[in-house]
Amino acid sequence: MTGKRFACCLVLASALFGGLATASEESAPDVLVRHVSEEVLAIVRSDKAIQSGDTRRVLALVDEKVLPHFDFRRMTMLAVGKDWRSATPEQQSRLTSAFRTLLVRTYSNALTQYRDQTIDFKPLRASPDDKQVRVKTEVSQPGAQPIGIDYSLEKANGSWKVFDVIVAGVSLVTNYRGSFGNEIRAGGIDGLIASLEAKNKSLEMAQGG
Amino acid sequence: MRIADFAKTSGLAFVAAACLAGCANTPPQDPFEHYNRAMFSLNEKLDIVVAKPVAKAYVAVTPTPVRTWVGNFFGNLNDPWIGVNNLLQGKPADALSDLMRFLVNSTMGIGGLLDIATEARLPKHDEDFGQTLGVWGFHDGPYVMLPFFGPRTLRDAIAFPMDMTFDDSWRFIPHIATRNTLSALQLASERARMLGLERTLDEATLDKYSYSRDFYLQQRRSKIYDGNPPLEYENFDLDDNGDPTQTTGETQ
Repeated sequence: MTGKRFACCLVLASALFGGLATASEESAPDVLVRHVSEEVLAIVRSDKAIQSGDTRRVLALVDEKVLPHFDFRRMTMLAVGKDWRSATPEQQSRLTSAFRTLLVRTYSNALTQYRDQTIDFKPLRASPDDKQVRVKTEVSQPGAQPIGIDYSLEKANGSWKVFDVIVAGVSLVTNYRGSFGNEIRAGGIDGLIASLEAKNKSLEMAQGG
Repeated sequence: MRIADFAKTSGLAFVAAACLAGCANTPPQDPFEHYNRAMFSLNEKLDIVVAKPVAKAYVAVTPTPVRTWVGNFFGNLNDPWIGVNNLLQGKPADALSDLMRFLVNSTMGIGGLLDIATEARLPKHDEDFGQTLGVWGFHDGPYVMLPFFGPRTLRDAIAFPMDMTFDDSWRFIPHIATRNTLSALQLASERARMLGLERTLDEATLDKYSYSRDFYLQQRRSKIYDGNPPLEYENFDLDDNGDPTQTTGETQ
């Protein structure tokens, strides 16, 4: 079932996607990624409710520790592609909010799957005046090949924000561009917004959170 | 390298031919989307009735360390083929490391049950003949969904019989019952690792088919760069002259 292999990467990614929390604003991007990951995973490891799949609890954790370090507007722009320019500011903000909800819900949930994986943080290769860096990590689990999970961060207004997560060489953000493009071709920007909002609604019903 | 030139030309010719056949309204690498979607949903059904129940039963009857041993055992058997491909791709040092892995794990690792080579800093590589063809210059061609085995690019589908034969060298065992047992065990072992994960895929995507297709294609491309594909991020808040169209950097 090689066809399903990538699904495994998604969940491992989410263990880390969810892995970014409070660290000082001036800290180097690799230090930020490391501190947040370690803090969040320590909480997950000690929280039985999260491990048994408590949606509310995991959302609260992610909301407090992780989300402040993500730039969802930038992520949404990259997922939408060129059509972003033709969206009105109001459409852009609805897109951002819907895409953010989708990512947060699905990947927070995957945090509940986190068990005995270990994370290896690679040394950062960047110069101090870089405005964009890629922090590389590797996640290992017993009996399986390690999977690379990288974070792209950008410096804006003095703090580093994550705007892409790359799992096994695949950008989880730009990977949406194909299906978003289909939606836009079929129903315009508003069609995409409607699909995203409908998807979120159905997830909310299913998860009861 | 003459073979590379030949490969490039023939690859291009093939893609061109495939496009003539059906590039009208489909994404560039998916001229067979209609067929692929049908096969994708058939595979999902097969998974629900065969692979998933087998994997669940396997997890129910085996403790975690046993599953790790089983995973290591099958992993060990494909190291020689990974090494051959590293050699074919002009990476003799990696090939030697793969050979060492196989020797160390087969002996001190008790027939491959333990992966002590990784602890001895001989990392597991990820190579196959499809990647080798890519390094040689063969284009990947259209995306095809194989029944049961899942997605491939045409190039990888052509390499697949070789990969399947040599990745799993236990297939050469003449004793049919042993071979079938190993076959079932490998299926259970691989599928078991993904249990509970398909939920994330279901939830994260608007269209599971196109999301998983794009994921697969990006991942294959990345593997040919050994995990370091060039990535460029556009900024669509800027117009084509690089001037801002509106304020940026706002986080919600």
